[in-house]
Amino acid sequence: MDLFEHQGKELFAAAGIPVLPSWVVFTAEEAERAAAELGYPLAVKAQVLTGGRGKAGGVRVVSQPEELAGTVSAILALTIKGRPVRGVLLEQGAAVMRELYLAITLDRHAKAPVLIFSTRGGVDIEQVAREDPSALLRVPLDAGSAGCGEQRDRVVAAAALGVAPLDEQLGDLVDRLWTLYRERDASLVEVNPLAVVGDPVRLVALDSKVTIDDNALFRQPDLAAQRPDEDARERAAREAGVTYLTLDGDVGVLGNGAGLVMSTLDMIGAAGGAAADFCDVGGGARAERIAAALDIITSDDRVRALLVNIFGGITRGDEVARGVLAWLEKTSTDLPLVVRLDGNNADEGLRLIAAAGIDGLSVTLSAQEAVESVVAAAKNGGRA
Amino acid sequence: MSILVDGSSRVLVQGMTGREGTFHTERMLAAGTTVVAGVTPGKGGQTACGLPVFDTVNEAVAATGADVSVIFVPARFAKAAVVQAAEGGVRVAVLITEGIPVRDMSEAVAELGLDEGSVAGRPFVLIGPNCPGIVTPGGCNAGIMAASLFKTGRVGIVSRSGTLTYEIAMGLTRAGLGQSTCVGMGGDPVHGLGFQECLELFEADPQTEAVVLVGEIGGDDEERAAAFAAEHLTKPLVAYIAGFTAPPGKRMGHAGAIISGSSGTAAAKAAALEAAGIPVARRPDETPALVAEALAAI
Repeated sequence: MDLFEHQGKELFAAAGIPVLPSWVVFTAEEAERAAAELGYPLAVKAQVLTGGRGKAGGVRVVSQPEELAGTVSAILALTIKGRPVRGVLLEQGAAVMRELYLAITLDRHAKAPVLIFSTRGGVDIEQVAREDPSALLRVPLDAGSAGCGEQRDRVVAAAALGVAPLDEQLGDLVDRLWTLYRERDASLVEVNPLAVVGDPVRLVALDSKVTIDDNALFRQPDLAAQRPDEDARERAAREAGVTYLTLDGDVGVLGNGAGLVMSTLDMIGAAGGAAADFCDVGGGARAERIAAALDIITSDDRVRALLVNIFGGITRGDEVARGVLAWLEKTSTDLPLVVRLDGNNADEGLRLIAAAGIDGLSVTLSAQEAVESVVAAAKNGGRA
Repeated sequence: MSILVDGSSRVLVQGMTGREGTFHTERMLAAGTTVVAGVTPGKGGQTACGLPVFDTVNEAVAATGADVSVIFVPARFAKAAVVQAAEGGVRVAVLITEGIPVRDMSEAVAELGLDEGSVAGRPFVLIGPNCPGIVTPGGCNAGIMAASLFKTGRVGIVSRSGTLTYEIAMGLTRAGLGQSTCVGMGGDPVHGLGFQECLELFEADPQTEAVVLVGEIGGDDEERAAAFAAEHLTKPLVAYIAGFTAPPGKRMGHAGAIISGSSGTAAAKAAALEAAGIPVARRPDETPALVAEALAAI
């Protein structure tokens, strides 16, 4: 679960990681009240769960009260990389002297967290990694240990801030970030930039990027309750016990198993189509779950044709066929629907569907045939 | 021969008295697997699925000689169950449970030293979590895969996906190519056995003549496997990678299947494999022909 900047900064503040005074608002009126408290100049920052908001006009500095309402309204109206802006953060201005980068994330190969530091903060860190890998310090952390003394010392040495109180503050900040990462079950805590600001000279976290491990939300109930609003279909699917993601295309896809569904999306792409969703009904899905998933997929009005791709292991092909037929009976959809069944009880499932003789419903044992036919139907404007 | 499990494996099931545990124990038994015991703390002395239940892995191993454990306990107890399996003396633990916090797995790997030394010499090997298990056709089905889809033969499979393993194994079987052992290593970002370790084991297994690697987006296990194969694998390897059309930043069902920034893409994985001379199927159904070709070229 990705957190908005303001949610991450609340965690930072609670962990004793310094941030500037700020206020999250959702309307221009709220912004004016907040600005009266914070004073000018102010940074106005789009709250959006994607990178690149600066380039998209989502971060502006406002020095005059009369500019505030217009700026806030303009940023609230933005969509950045397909994601709507959910509020703006008003943050007190500060004189930035230097920008550093500090993060902890999972090193999948080491199966342990890693501390990453760079004196080249404030820019896209992937770009730094490409242009000048030596500018990134990567220090492995010990998953089993609450302390990180040695790692902290290496970061402080690499930062070469040259001022004892700042060294001390940086060391303390590394400790606190590690504690936050561990105790809140994060998979990413990133401070970019970690800024040296003036008057008085000190370090502050100017941005926050925090990702919490979804699997650990059961022991982070306060964070689970703050889950940023998701797509309505994605929420309905979670409640129905189905994994569903909205994608950009027009072919509705249902399958069993994450790998099989990903592979189905690739085959649709290779055949010149594009999937409208990723939907995995999991192992052993019964007729009811198949029907619930089809309801969710077809509640998206971009969908022009449907593909059900099931390779039965524990899942039974006849059960899937019954689910599809029951759903068709109840919904009276005119979308073309292609069913591919293989594996456990596929023969019986194929027979049931063929015997039903429903217009617009076709069935096959071959995934490639199914994909070609559903892509053709979608291109044909939703006619089989 | 095979890797890790075979007809002589004696399987215990941690969490056998739960709904999933009972359901899959019965399926493993029906597939001819030698399941010898269940473990559920507090239920020692009872019987389930016609088998004795013990409070601890230690007791179950002492009483039954079990050497493989299949774990179905809820996510919050999974780390403790893995530690108990390791300390209880089984050689292989298969962790089926989905939804385990990454921190718990990282801690288990660190505390048990799971990655230390070469895989063949390790006293304890973890498969999973969030995995479908391991099947040696005709010998042992430790996990939740449908044993009837596999057939004895000489192709090893190691995969991050359960259903794609079925798809590819069935394709191989239809092409007359049976399997030595199929390992579903699981879809989580931190897991036990990886591609490289499975390739090492298949390399050393006389029955295995070719290997299929089924990867997906996220991480760099496939790239590392490609580098390892180029250096150390003498047997032919064929790969399939899922997720070419997956958008960055979205978790595609598996917790570990995510493109982070620009890393972990299917294109980068396929390129690394192909650069190492490993053919990459563009569709699952192209895999059997590539395997047949590779075997014919030996």
